[in-house]
Amino acid sequence: MEMTDITNDAIIRMFHVHRRYGAKFALHDVTLDIYKNDYLFVTGPSGAGKTTLLKLLYLGQSLSEGQILVDGINIARIKRSGIPLLRRKFGIIFQDYKLIPTKTVYENVALVLEAAGRKPRFIEKKVRSVLRTVSMEDRIKALPLSLSGGEQQRVAVARAVVGDPKIILADEPTGSLDNESAGVIMAFLDDFHSRGATIILATHDKELIKKKGARVMHLRDGRLWSDTLS
Amino acid sequence: MKRFYQRAVKDILENRFLTAITVVTIALSIMIAAAFALFFINAGDILNIWQKGIRMMVYLKPDTSDAGRLDTKYRLQSIAGVQEARFISKDEAMKRLKQQMEHHSALLDNLRENPLPDAFEVILQPSARNSTELSFLAERIGALSAVDEVEYGQQWIQRFSNIINLFRLAGYGIGSLFFMATVFIVANTIRLVLYSRRDEIEIMRLVGATDRFIKIPFYLQGMIQGGTGTLIGLLVLFGGYYSLSTHFNQSATSQLITLRFFSLSICADIIVGGIVVGWLGCWVSLKQFMKV
Repeated sequence: MEMTDITNDAIIRMFHVHRRYGAKFALHDVTLDIYKNDYLFVTGPSGAGKTTLLKLLYLGQSLSEGQILVDGINIARIKRSGIPLLRRKFGIIFQDYKLIPTKTVYENVALVLEAAGRKPRFIEKKVRSVLRTVSMEDRIKALPLSLSGGEQQRVAVARAVVGDPKIILADEPTGSLDNESAGVIMAFLDDFHSRGATIILATHDKELIKKKGARVMHLRDGRLWSDTLS
Repeated sequence: MKRFYQRAVKDILENRFLTAITVVTIALSIMIAAAFALFFINAGDILNIWQKGIRMMVYLKPDTSDAGRLDTKYRLQSIAGVQEARFISKDEAMKRLKQQMEHHSALLDNLRENPLPDAFEVILQPSARNSTELSFLAERIGALSAVDEVEYGQQWIQRFSNIINLFRLAGYGIGSLFFMATVFIVANTIRLVLYSRRDEIEIMRLVGATDRFIKIPFYLQGMIQGGTGTLIGLLVLFGGYYSLSTHFNQSATSQLITLRFFSLSICADIIVGGIVVGWLGCWVSLKQFMKV
């Protein structure tokens, strides 16, 4: 089913977005709106531009052409000093977790709030609460390398949501997990979605998309191929 | 700020080996530079003691009357830079000469008349005890009508002055070299830490950490390392000074010259300098690293 009837508030708007590496386009003329509390799958084969699209949103990469509005802010015009504030609007989950190996589970999650300048008492309360939600409260002192892949990803999810971001970006969050662990992660994301967060999830797992039943944006060779409900 | 300190201390403990290398390197650099400075200070003291002995002899013309002598004394005392002008008559000069010649003084007994001139011994104010002032004063005094000749060991003072200047220049040169070398070493060790933690820094950026949040603990680390290294360097130097001065005080020379260490305020200045060096090393590294 084609997405044509959505008119409520867009939290992300992309206008003719291009991202080039030399002469090659990683993204080519992508225009789309993502709405508050959307659950959006970004899919497509490897090299289609899924990760590039997510990176452009939090300025992990810069735009070559076009405009992106995130929560009303034109990110192409953001100065270097404004990037951290933009990134605090997002909770980002990576396929390779990106946890700091020398920091404990607690410290990895607390980092987001420390960086935002929150008070120690608040940080402790909030981090413990979020780790309880992802069933990792009993491992707060563990180092990431002593955890299983599923546990590491749960910590990564906790880190992504601890700052109460408006948008959660997940890049292949279940890509390296077994079915059970993947199910747990997806259940957490569903929970945050039900609490009002906008979820943008890049994956090429068709089964996952089919099970969920959400908006699906299909990319091919950097172009927006289709935007449908699964 | 407390949290930044905690992070800095934690980082130091996590990177003990690199920190130890940095601290030892700073300690060695500071110790060598401070040893030179200490040498210059003590050498300067010795030269000062010698300089205090500088006197000027003003010989009067043979036919100078008592009135002319008195007039010359007043004129000498009115010249800026002159502390005291003491008259030494030709008879007193002869007496002194005989005392100095001791066993050979009989040679002087055969003289039919005293060939020595009347003179003034001019003691100078400390500000005038340098070669430029001395030659200027000698010129002024030499121009007085009753003065025949002025003697003050010009060549010797010039050589002395040159040595002092050379010491000072060498001190500045060596100090600057060690300053640059220490900044370079700190910058490189901090860079090593930064490279070893580049993934962590990248993750911090991704979760919304500002550059300030990332940089401050590194600056604190650099400053702690700089301060600690300097303190260790100074303590080792003091140990060396203590053992050397103990030996020196037992020798005969110690009655004339006393070796001294830096005053507490200079030690504090050096430690602050070490902290600044640590900060500067960090600044150089972070400036390049955080651009990426």
